[in-house]
Amino acid sequence: MALLQISEPGMSPAPHQHKLAVGIDLGTTNSLVATVRSGMSTVLHDEHGHALLPSVVRYLENAVIVGHEAQAAQSMDPVNTIISVKRFMGRALHDITDRAHIPYHFVENDASHGVLELKTRAGLKSPIEISAEILKTLKARAEKALGGELTGAVITVPAYFDDAQRQATKDAARLAGLHVLRLLNEPTAAAVAYGLDNASEGIYVIYDLGGGTFDISILRLSKGVFEVLATNGDSALGGDDFDHRIYCWVLDQVRSKTPNFSPLTEEDTRLLLTKARQAKEWLTDNHEANLLCKLSNGTLVDETLTVQQFVSLTETLVSKTLGPMRKAMRDAGLSITDINGVVLVGGATRMPHIRHAVQAHFKQEPLTNLDPDKVVALGAAIQANILAGNRQDDALLLLDVTPLSLGLETMGGLVEKVIPRNSTLPIARAQDFTTYKDGQTAMAIHVVQGERELVSDCRSLARFELRGIPPMAAGAARIRVTFQVDADGLLSVSAREQTSGAESNIIVKPSYGLNEEEITATLKASYGAAETDKQARMLREAVVDAQRLIEAIQAALAQDGETLLSKEERDTIAQHVTMLNTLCQGSDSQAVKQATEALNQATEHFAARRMDASVQKALAGKNLNSLEM
Amino acid sequence: MAITLTETAAQRVEKFLANRGKGVGLRLGVKTTGCSGMAYTLEFVDDLQADDVTFESFGVKVIVDPKSLVYIDGTELDFTKEGLNEGFKFNNPNVKDECGCGESFTV
Repeated sequence: MALLQISEPGMSPAPHQHKLAVGIDLGTTNSLVATVRSGMSTVLHDEHGHALLPSVVRYLENAVIVGHEAQAAQSMDPVNTIISVKRFMGRALHDITDRAHIPYHFVENDASHGVLELKTRAGLKSPIEISAEILKTLKARAEKALGGELTGAVITVPAYFDDAQRQATKDAARLAGLHVLRLLNEPTAAAVAYGLDNASEGIYVIYDLGGGTFDISILRLSKGVFEVLATNGDSALGGDDFDHRIYCWVLDQVRSKTPNFSPLTEEDTRLLLTKARQAKEWLTDNHEANLLCKLSNGTLVDETLTVQQFVSLTETLVSKTLGPMRKAMRDAGLSITDINGVVLVGGATRMPHIRHAVQAHFKQEPLTNLDPDKVVALGAAIQANILAGNRQDDALLLLDVTPLSLGLETMGGLVEKVIPRNSTLPIARAQDFTTYKDGQTAMAIHVVQGERELVSDCRSLARFELRGIPPMAAGAARIRVTFQVDADGLLSVSAREQTSGAESNIIVKPSYGLNEEEITATLKASYGAAETDKQARMLREAVVDAQRLIEAIQAALAQDGETLLSKEERDTIAQHVTMLNTLCQGSDSQAVKQATEALNQATEHFAARRMDASVQKALAGKNLNSLEM
Repeated sequence: MAITLTETAAQRVEKFLANRGKGVGLRLGVKTTGCSGMAYTLEFVDDLQADDVTFESFGVKVIVDPKSLVYIDGTELDFTKEGLNEGFKFNNPNVKDECGCGESFTV
């Protein structure tokens, strides 16, 4: 029988109506899925007991491998094994600055506004598709562990993700067949996990150093209400960079010892990076780490890295996290003494010298009692449970903020900010604009995101045109532009001409990523198998129908064919039967159906004659009186 | 007759109650719904009702309303794992028939 979970009083689900909701931490290095069971947030494990799913996707000729197995193949097959794909989400090719260190073959997709794609042996793959593979794996794991289909998921994103990156995350979820209840900022999720489990109040700093991103958030918690006071960070700083420092150090050591050092192959690069990561993890609990491996050209690498060396190598990285911390504090108008606690999130915060740096900066010991790798997923699961409607009381109110200002381009390439950064979400702001020239009937609206004054320094989000402005003198028209950011942090912009009262329809086309058709096409492709199955089923049904008819006709022919039909008639029927038999061997269900119908018609008179004959036979030799009516 | 918990189930309930931070025990019940007539309910208890019957098993209070009790008297509640899934299982001697998935039953 089915296994039950304990519900809140009065919230028992009706049979077959479980609201299974999960929280997903779609991380740069590792991803996790968690759920609330019997009131307790728990991370779901896979068959081997692993909680973390490495965010690594390997493309084979006809298959996709996600997770540990893919990670193991990294150094073997670097071009088709994609790691840290989160860094490319919603990004264009020119956004990726450190391409020299990345082994993938990037391709710019002209059709979708310069969004990048990766060339693998399974074809071109967008970061959205690659992320969807990770989400699919987590979804399958959750459905196995919960014994049913998921109602929805809360997926976490870095607070610093812009709209394009958030939309890309949503698209990936959609592609994976997940219903997104909400996107939640990672630090907010961490606060949810800590805030509820420990019933804390006050002002907290969330220091999240993940595999590829650094986020700092300042939150105010009181009576179960979370308010994000400020966010800051660096979307290209994370544990991977620490690995990279070690990698560069090893390379320097090897080069200094080997005079004629040949350039590294892609496999060597990956192998050394893997070794570097292992050394970093080893140094958390040990004083020195040994890096031992053999490169493809036969060079033997055997280096020992001490904690002191590691600390001095990565000192600049640690201090790089202090700048955003100060900036966020300034935005929130707080000083160090206002902070009640510091929460560490992300596997990279296990490094002792990071803990020391945070402790020294905030003059207090950071909170680490939840697993820094799992805390975000746990918080997301709690939020998902509430959004799915599994809890009645103390509904959690979450206030997030816009990470960057949103505005539009005005004459001269200047930015007019409509929604300032760190505004509480959801938010709607309207601003009036006017025409620039006499008789101007259309207006181009260019939506941008960023803190700079010039459009060229900000990130372009969308462009659209408002048409149908009645011709009038410059400055007479009043065009109200409304910016709306929903609870997920997603932006919609609308414009309306006020004086004429005429409304114009406008479409916002995000200048990033996939357009609607492309998403549909990808979705269609993912449903391709279903369509093939359906076709096969239709064909099978048609063939069965046809064969049933043929059998019936042949039986009838054997019985009455000679007596009731002329030779020509028999030949015609035989022709139809032969044709139908041939079609049944093929794969066109429509043709089979049509031929069946044709055979049916061709034998109609035969059926009628048989009916008459049998009636005559029944009545032969009887008079009217003997028939019981 | 009585309602009992297995030791594993009791430990789990205790852990969940501690994590929740409030609640006096676990309520077992039935409601008339589902494809086979009746379905089990399993809830935390914050307030006892006047007619509630209380049992105790491995230190955990099990609360049942008298109307439900006639359908589930003698039930042992277990906590089991089935593959990756885990949860509570009713071993109810009164059950005559279950629906395919076992979420609802008839007596």
